[in-house]
Amino acid sequence: MTDFWFQFLLALDSTLRVATPLIFCAMAGIFSERSGIIDISLEGKMLMAAFVAAAVAYGTGSPWIGAFAAITVSIIASLIHGFACIIHRGNQVISGLAINILASGLTVIIGIALFRQGGQTPTLPKTSRFNSLELPLADVFEKNIPILGVIYKELISGHNILVWAAIISVGITYYILFKTTFGLRLRAVGEKPEAIDSAGISVTKMRFQAIIIAGILCGLAGVYLSTATGAGFVKEMTAGKGYIALAAMIFGKWRPVPALFACLLFGFLEAVAARVQGVEIMLIGEISSDLLIALPYLLTVILLAGFIGGVTPPRAIGQPYIKER
Amino acid sequence: MNADISKQNGGSKSPFAVEIKNINKSFGSVHANHEISLNVSLGTIHGIIGENGAGKSTLMSILYGFYKPDSGEIKVHGKAAYFKQPLDALKLGIGMVHQHFMLVPNFTALENIVLGAEGKTGLNKGLQNARKKLEELKQAYGLEVELDSVTEDLPVGIQQRIEILKALYRGARVLILDEPTGVLTPQETDQLFEILLALKSEGVTILLITHKLHEVMAITDEVSVMRQGKMVGNTLTKHTTPEMLAEQMVGRSVLVNTKYELQSIGKVVLSVNKLGVVDKRGFDSLKNATFDLHAGEILGVAGIAGNGQSELLSVLSGITLPNAGSFKIEEYLFDAKKNPSPRLMRELGVSHVPEDRQAEGLVLQFQAFESVILGYENNQKLGSGFLTKPDNIQEYCSQLQESFDVRPQNPRLYSSQFSGGNQQKLVLSREISSVPKILLVGQPTRGVDIGAIEFIHETLINMRNSGCAILLVSVELEEILTLSDRILVINSGEIMGIVPRITATKSMLGKMMAGIPFEDAKEDKK
Repeated sequence: MTDFWFQFLLALDSTLRVATPLIFCAMAGIFSERSGIIDISLEGKMLMAAFVAAAVAYGTGSPWIGAFAAITVSIIASLIHGFACIIHRGNQVISGLAINILASGLTVIIGIALFRQGGQTPTLPKTSRFNSLELPLADVFEKNIPILGVIYKELISGHNILVWAAIISVGITYYILFKTTFGLRLRAVGEKPEAIDSAGISVTKMRFQAIIIAGILCGLAGVYLSTATGAGFVKEMTAGKGYIALAAMIFGKWRPVPALFACLLFGFLEAVAARVQGVEIMLIGEISSDLLIALPYLLTVILLAGFIGGVTPPRAIGQPYIKER
Repeated sequence: MNADISKQNGGSKSPFAVEIKNINKSFGSVHANHEISLNVSLGTIHGIIGENGAGKSTLMSILYGFYKPDSGEIKVHGKAAYFKQPLDALKLGIGMVHQHFMLVPNFTALENIVLGAEGKTGLNKGLQNARKKLEELKQAYGLEVELDSVTEDLPVGIQQRIEILKALYRGARVLILDEPTGVLTPQETDQLFEILLALKSEGVTILLITHKLHEVMAITDEVSVMRQGKMVGNTLTKHTTPEMLAEQMVGRSVLVNTKYELQSIGKVVLSVNKLGVVDKRGFDSLKNATFDLHAGEILGVAGIAGNGQSELLSVLSGITLPNAGSFKIEEYLFDAKKNPSPRLMRELGVSHVPEDRQAEGLVLQFQAFESVILGYENNQKLGSGFLTKPDNIQEYCSQLQESFDVRPQNPRLYSSQFSGGNQQKLVLSREISSVPKILLVGQPTRGVDIGAIEFIHETLINMRNSGCAILLVSVELEEILTLSDRILVINSGEIMGIVPRITATKSMLGKMMAGIPFEDAKEDKK
């Protein structure tokens, strides 16, 4: 029993690790899509950022400079997206797709040109990475306080700074969206841009601000992948996480806190999937880990089909704003 | 002397809230506003009426800063004003209540009102301050709105109040309302008028754009009439009558048009009996329509746009279903239970040239030869039911283009690449080439150049002469008078009367279009 309890705790612990990039990307998606811009390029931006973070951290030896460069590149990708679909009113899905394709090609080509390791970056030494922070007294608590002590040591302590940043980003997103003037305008521009325009506020400017924030958050997700949990960039290392984040955002109905829980749920499924592989579970038997990994998508499809309450996306999403006449 | 007056009036020196002088505005070759001058007295309700396309909305858009005039000047409260964008007009106290509301559907009323004018205090504080100010405004003008309800759940009348509050909250002292009653129920309209009177008593100046004469008579102090881009009349409301206004709206000249010979009328081919249509909002957009259409005649439907003509066309062409009454073609009777369909109507020899050729008449992204067989793709010569025969279709399209003088004469050109007139000819050629017994035509010459208008008119007359029954809907009175054998006038979905063309005059039709029944309109004629 204690073994099961311990395994469960470890699963929760890795849930947090797996969910971190999802949370960043889901928040990025919320900013972007609440402003009316479909953002399927979460994946591509994250991938570019992951590569740049690792490459620059390797070159400079500082994960912070790497992170800064990664965020910059991710913002640039956002701006390209914005240039295509805000200024030139292009199709937002196609523009996002283009960025994803660009990212998966460009990272490998530049990676090979720079490091000649088949598209990977060299393994980063510990000093060039964001490392786990053991919280104070973790060992003392574990020995002296039953249950809570273990939870503190295994679940709360021992994460790197970006995991915390991801959780905090949810609160910040909520606060900005619902408690600030900027957030009010942001939500309005994704629902009815005419209202914003007639109030004398630039729709274009609002949407660019939104996608720049999305760029920053995607950048952080990429940084986390290659210089916090990973020790360098690996070809296609985002492996569809951007799309899962998008699914989580939809699952959370474009709201930050429900989206966080969706990310945690999807993360948990993935974490469990890794643990149950080949393990017999009482009464159920062996669970296919493939099924667990597919669950997030299945759940999202079921949700979108309207089985779990109604989902209304922002009303002006995907529509370029054209002033009358 | 002048100085004394300005002292008495405090800050505002001018007796006028808005002065407009010699405004001109053209869109391409269309002179939408021609030397318009208008003075709006402080604290009055000023009506601006005119038919669709008379230039009312253009003028208001200039006043609201949306368009820049080509020439002319505007003074607001005596000071010259230059508007680059709506925000500039807003700063001078001009607020606009748009016909289509500028509200975020899932925001609360309060959020919508405050949006864009939240203040620098942060959102929470801003909303609190706004709430206080709005409670005062609500009290002062009887603008009852539940500030915390979600906008989309509120009835249209209340949403309109939110728009008014929004303008007042931003400090508007001049309020422009663009066709405000178009979406309202009669009760909501009454409530709106009470609000407007309350606003007036507090010194707010109101510009009311409308084409409903009884509203002008009911509530305005002064009224200006526009026709074809010009200001043709300006009087105190108490010195005028609906009849006089109607005449000014459509022009006084009596048209005796002998261009096309009248024809002897054939047998009845379409018989409409008490037909009624209820729209999505639950209003009767067509009420109790009864008339016959004969072979070999053109029955013109005159009326100001949006009075039920479109519904009439779409019911008779089988697109929408009637809610009441019936209509009969040959032995076939259609009513709410026995549904017509566009295909069946085509088989019965009913062709339809839709009002909006770009949305309903053509697929703009199709090549001409594809657009020209829409609805007729089952024709044996053009396809075998499953496969089309592109060569035959292109050949067919070339023939049509030649006989209808569609330029450029190229079947492979995209529908969007033709000019308005040539697009219309494409649609017309398609519908006429099926040799219909009944032709329903909506706005055949809207946005069409003069040469094409001539051609389209000739075509319709030829169809009539060969025995086709034509129902012609047009907002151009001139066109109705030129082509029709009989003229049916419609107002608010009701038929005001049917007049033979020989006895019709423009002023008489104008009055009927404004809602005055045939009998009364006739007496005045002489």
